[in-house]
Amino acid sequence: MLSDEERSEIEEEIRHYARKRGASVEALMCVQRRRGWVDDETLKEVADMLGMSVGELDGVATFYNLIFRRPVGKNVILICNTISCMVMGYENILAHLEERLGIRLGQTTADGLFTLLPVPCLGACDRSPVMMVGEKLYPGLTPEIADEILREHGWRG
Amino acid sequence: MEGLTEKPLTGHLKPDGEALDISEYEGYGGYEGLRKALRMGHSEIQKEVKEANLRGRGGAGFNTGLKWSFVPMGKDAPRPKYLVANADEMEPGTFKDRFLLERNPHLIIEGMIIASFAIEAETAFVFLRWEYTLAAKRMRRAIAEAYERGYLGRNMLGSGFNLDLRVHVSAGRYICGEETALLNALEGRRAVPRSKPPFPQTSGLWGRPTVVNNVETLSNVPHIITGGAEWYRKLSRSGDGGTKLFGVSGRVKRPGLWELPMGTTAREILEEHAGGMADGFSFRCLIPGGASTEFICEEGLDVKMDFDSVQKAGSRLGTGTMIVLDHTVCPIAALHNLERFFAEESCGWCTPCREGLPWVARLLGAIEDGEGEPGDIETLREHTRSLWVGKTYCALAPGAMEPLKSGLAIFREDFERHIREKGCPSKRERG
Amino acid sequence: MPKIYVDGKECEAAEGQNLLEACLGLGFDLPYFCWHPAMRSVGACRQCAVKEFKDENDARGRIVMACMTPVTEGARISIDDPEARAFRAGVIEWLMASHPHDCPVCDEGGECHLQDMTVMAGHVYRRHRFGKRTYRNQDLGPFVNHEMNRCIQCYRCVRFYCDYAGGRDLSVFASRDSVYFGRSEDGTLESEFSGNLVEVCPTGVFTDKTLKKHYTRKWDLQAAPSICVHCGLGCNTTPGERYGRLRRIRNRYNGSVNGYFLCDRGRFGYEFVNGDKRIRRPVLRERPGEEEQIDAGEAIRRASLMLGDGKRVMAIGSPRASLESNFALRELAGPENFFSGLPDNEHKLLRLVLDILKGGPARSPSLSEVGRADAVLILGEDVTNTAPVEALMLRQAARKRPVEKAVSRKIPEWDASAIKTAIQNEKEPFHVAAPFATKLDEAAKAVYHAPPEDIARLGNAIAHELDRDAPSPEGLEGRIAQLAKDIAEDLKDAKSPIIVSGVSLSEAVVKAAANVAWALEAIGKKAALSYIVPECNSTGLALMGGKSLDDALKAAAHGGFDTLVILENDLFTRAGKEEVEVFFECFENIIAIDHTATRTTSAAGLVFPAAAFAEGTGTLVNSEGRAQRFFKVFDPEGDIAEGWRWLGRIMEESGAGTAWSNIDEVLESMASEVPELQEAIDAAPSAGLRMAGQKVARAPQRFSGRTAIHAGRSVIEPRPPEDPDSPLSFSMEGFQPKGLGKEPPPELIPQFWSPGWNSPQAVIRFQDGTNGGLRGNDPGVRLINPAEAMPGYFREVPGPFRPRKGEWLVIPVYHIFGSEELNALSPPVAGLIPRPYIGLNPEDAVKLEAPPGEEVALKAGGLHLKLPARHMPGLPEGVAALPVLPGVERLRLPQWGVVARPKESAA
Ligand SMILES: Cc1cc2nc3c(=O)[nH]c(=O)nc-3n(C[C@H](O)[C@H](O)[C@H](O)COP(=O)(O)O)c2cc1C
Ligand code: SF4
Ligand code: FES
Repeated sequence: MLSDEERSEIEEEIRHYARKRGASVEALMCVQRRRGWVDDETLKEVADMLGMSVGELDGVATFYNLIFRRPVGKNVILICNTISCMVMGYENILAHLEERLGIRLGQTTADGLFTLLPVPCLGACDRSPVMMVGEKLYPGLTPEIADEILREHGWRG
Repeated sequence: MEGLTEKPLTGHLKPDGEALDISEYEGYGGYEGLRKALRMGHSEIQKEVKEANLRGRGGAGFNTGLKWSFVPMGKDAPRPKYLVANADEMEPGTFKDRFLLERNPHLIIEGMIIASFAIEAETAFVFLRWEYTLAAKRMRRAIAEAYERGYLGRNMLGSGFNLDLRVHVSAGRYICGEETALLNALEGRRAVPRSKPPFPQTSGLWGRPTVVNNVETLSNVPHIITGGAEWYRKLSRSGDGGTKLFGVSGRVKRPGLWELPMGTTAREILEEHAGGMADGFSFRCLIPGGASTEFICEEGLDVKMDFDSVQKAGSRLGTGTMIVLDHTVCPIAALHNLERFFAEESCGWCTPCREGLPWVARLLGAIEDGEGEPGDIETLREHTRSLWVGKTYCALAPGAMEPLKSGLAIFREDFERHIREKGCPSKRERG
Repeated sequence: MPKIYVDGKECEAAEGQNLLEACLGLGFDLPYFCWHPAMRSVGACRQCAVKEFKDENDARGRIVMACMTPVTEGARISIDDPEARAFRAGVIEWLMASHPHDCPVCDEGGECHLQDMTVMAGHVYRRHRFGKRTYRNQDLGPFVNHEMNRCIQCYRCVRFYCDYAGGRDLSVFASRDSVYFGRSEDGTLESEFSGNLVEVCPTGVFTDKTLKKHYTRKWDLQAAPSICVHCGLGCNTTPGERYGRLRRIRNRYNGSVNGYFLCDRGRFGYEFVNGDKRIRRPVLRERPGEEEQIDAGEAIRRASLMLGDGKRVMAIGSPRASLESNFALRELAGPENFFSGLPDNEHKLLRLVLDILKGGPARSPSLSEVGRADAVLILGEDVTNTAPVEALMLRQAARKRPVEKAVSRKIPEWDASAIKTAIQNEKEPFHVAAPFATKLDEAAKAVYHAPPEDIARLGNAIAHELDRDAPSPEGLEGRIAQLAKDIAEDLKDAKSPIIVSGVSLSEAVVKAAANVAWALEAIGKKAALSYIVPECNSTGLALMGGKSLDDALKAAAHGGFDTLVILENDLFTRAGKEEVEVFFECFENIIAIDHTATRTTSAAGLVFPAAAFAEGTGTLVNSEGRAQRFFKVFDPEGDIAEGWRWLGRIMEESGAGTAWSNIDEVLESMASEVPELQEAIDAAPSAGLRMAGQKVARAPQRFSGRTAIHAGRSVIEPRPPEDPDSPLSFSMEGFQPKGLGKEPPPELIPQFWSPGWNSPQAVIRFQDGTNGGLRGNDPGVRLINPAEAMPGYFREVPGPFRPRKGEWLVIPVYHIFGSEELNALSPPVAGLIPRPYIGLNPEDAVKLEAPPGEEVALKAGGLHLKLPARHMPGLPEGVAALPVLPGVERLRLPQWGVVARPKESAA
């Protein structure tokens, strides 16, 4: 069930578009911000608010890589895997993270703390390799820095 | 005028990395351009911008004033009209719009207001990629400040002009940066591009006249209005007006971003501003303007970085942010990385892009892994022809083919050796 | 007409088309996927690439998508150009990269647009050596099978389902090379047009589940031109038969009627033909409960005894029997003893509709004209449930003016996505007045939910707004007066307004609709007036004349009749059980002729097995007044024969004349006896027609096994049956229509097939230009034409609806699945028929303390029904709704009744 707070936030978004559906992505994100992902039931409610069918809204939701339709860990790590980061050796960082967390790209740790996902170019190529954890950008990664970041987010290894 | 500098985009930025707030911005003459614009006619503004030869910084380099002039004006024009600042920056290797959004939000806002006024748009959006969280925060704060000072909202500065401006935060996918896909995204549809014609200027957001401009493009507008077209053109070292944010990433001494005159050579950017190659790394080649441009090698480094010159040199200025490949990077692996990116970012609408790019990426992957076959090079070459402009629905796939096309020529030897020797020779050499 | 050059050949193309449409219309082969003639272009698949040259000196040219390039004067293009060819082959190669190549086990095989285009584009060798993607399939309900692995991502399915047909539960999900077409979760497709996906999908993703169940190759299906029997619209169909069983229904293009699409009732209702309730031999029932099958000769002899010898005979015809059968019956009993079998109000309303359409200037539109209307007023019909394809056409009409506006902004009409962008969901003059919420409400600018009287008042108010001479309802509420004014404005502004009404509600509504249409005519606007009628030959029966069922009941009660002959009519679906039983008591003999056992046939002493539509030949008249011929698809087993054939033989046996030897003779007698039906003869060519000296083959060229089908019984190959009634042969031998002019008159095209075109898209080869009518005129002749002169308006306008304390006005509700008798007998449809209910306004329901599903009692017309309550949004207070469904006793509606909780009503 959408909370009142979510509802009013979505309604506020809707006000800014000529038609309700314009607020699709923001409405879904509003749900995701609070719950980490968008479950089927909530998606239905949001669709209702936007005057869209469930399929229509889900068609939009599943188009985007940053709208999660399946549960994710408490911290979503988005590691850039595109050209500049490749040149600067993101593969080592990724391998390091996979080793540390015991998961592969696309997976979530058993304790539900981390989900590791690839992301295209984060627009911080002068500071490659980079990744985001949650809403924060972490540039200039080395294995040591990566460990620190993981610790900052509750990793105890 | 006090605000005018040789570096209109970055001249007054704060060294501490914070954004200019509205008072600071006004202190450097900010919003003077807007005041002046409000006194000019719509067509006068359009003309000024056109004459400044400001070319779109989103990558295609279309004359901005000319683009605006296609918007139907006057009483009978369909309304409301819209202006969108394209801040979806996701072109690999590109990090220039992030910089402006984080550091000089008011410049963008002022540019957007003037542009909106020039086309009589009543609603404007900043279409921002989700990952730019700091930019979102700073843009929103700046927008609130601008509302407070009466630069936005109803009857702006007593001019009778109304404008609403809002940040729309997207949720990923490179294709959203393509202007018509962006409009579908803003309408809450799947972000699939639209066919052109009709162009957004006549039938854009919700079917209404809409202009989509890149963030950097719009940031140039206030200064063109304050300084005039002629002043602006003279900032450049070539025919394209103004300055440009040039960036370098890769194994160079000082990766970064600099505002330099249009037409600064690639060599100067690479060697002087980026400090040349990092120790222990030698230059192999570079992609001049984001992932969807063709490679430039040593002998091409003296090209002037402006739209026409780079085009003449067989590549594109694109976003003006170059990616340097050093001698340790296997070119096949680099191409594989690029093409996998494009394949994954295809919207899935047209066949060549949806089906052709994954094939290309898999072929490159196979070659990289030593599973290439002799016919593969020809298959790749065919794709560079059949995923070309006009054959696909939008410019994503042709963009993807630019590095591949030049890569196949430049790294021919590498391709053949990978196939012949069933694997990456340099990897083997390195052990 | 612009001149264009295709590979150097000078051709004339139609204005306002794109190059693909022009090329296809001119007969060139150019492959395509995402384009569809009804949905037009989106430029997604890139299959239709051609080379375009600037002028005759341009040797390089550039590749363009034909479907996205307008026809312009002097355009020069090449289909044959090597680069264009190579690119097209490449597109197929891409599409094939993940296609499963499962043609040998695929239901689409042999009728697959993807197969056709692969051959046409010349892709032969597979270079792609990587894995294919796979998907999970969904259960989409009883009609449509889902096999996503075969998808080639042309987006046609969603474009048809959502954009064209207004469906909401089919979508495209995900992106890049993993886009998925389906529902958000498993479940029956909700659109009543879902079956069209089977034809719209160019490959085997969406296929006909009913066909799949008894898998048959498409080229093994025998077919004949047919007409849908499940509502009054007369959509053209192509039924397919194998081994004496009907296997599927496919759309048969008729540019003036259904175009490319059918509804699910029409497509999947056919299985009653294979049903176990079929009557296949004459049945004699001398004493109740005792029945025996007798042979045909014996049955005819017994019938002649019941009829001859001064016996007074009463005949009851049927709105679901052909003109010929009804006429034969009328001949048998004499016009004065011929009754329509329809209850009084329906009988009278149908006559009234005829009088209006023939006596006034407003013209009954063809279905395609409905789709081209630019302002719509619906008065009192739930069109989606009573005439589904008309609802589909109306949805197109709803977009008409926004599309025109976009076109005036230089956006080509064929550019579907640009049009969609430009018009968004703009509402255009589309108004619905209905007694409850209907599916078309969503297309409407204004919706008015009201009782029948008030709907009629609104209609009259609109008429009065248009023409002050039209009567004006007294004491109209201000809000309604304003609505009437707005609607009148919209109708006045339109170029081709249409008023849609029907016989579901009341005489006042029918008359109000006429007044609106006439008022438009009075101010110089051509108005179309479309009345929806319930059954496939309701209009034909009305033209035949006769009296109502109530008249029959009365006459019988008076006495003097010996024998009752009932043709293809279950009287228990027309009147209350007791009435019918009393009626039957009045006769010594009852003869029934029907294809399916009903309560009526069980009451008959002698039953003749009639042909179902696919087993016989005859003519039906649709709501437009268009007479259309359906032909025998296969020769049925048993003694099954057309009603008219039985009746002819019986008359001959009883000495009343000689039996007709074929349908042409019936039509001739009918023409001389019933002048109004004279032109029905021209609904199709007569049996004597030959093409190049041959009959037209019902079976396709590649039909297999004719010589072996019967081998289990006898190794001697039986001669194919003779068909005296048509120029069609029961064989693959005979003239094979091939399109592009090598075809019989369109009424006789059993299947659209053309070399290289095995899919439904082959119809392109038979059209007069893409989207045109069938070459040589769309089948059917209009029997109803408007009068020049203005009749006087209907002057009596009902007073406003006054709710009665403690009483409810009970109105009928129709359901696409179940409200028509025959589709309800088709197993896949049967599962979708709603459970009977009593519909209540939500507030009334609250007052009655009847939450949804709670049983309530309805007392009306001497009947006492107990059914669960259903809350119906929009249903006015004081009005209750009773669905027309199997298992719900038939009441004459509307009428007043009492609704109560069962306990209270018992007290
Ligand atoms: C696949 C694709 C992605 C694009 N992404 C961006 C982008 O992120 N930002 C941008 O400004 N332009 C992008 N563009 C270019 C836009 O379509 C458009 O040309 C630009 O926003 C226009 O602005 P300008 O005239 O100011 O350059 C992209 C184009 C394509 C084909
Ligand atoms: S080239 Fe085609 S599939 Fe690719 S992004 Fe553009 S429209 Fe989509
Ligand atoms: S039919 Fe032309 S692009 Fe699909």
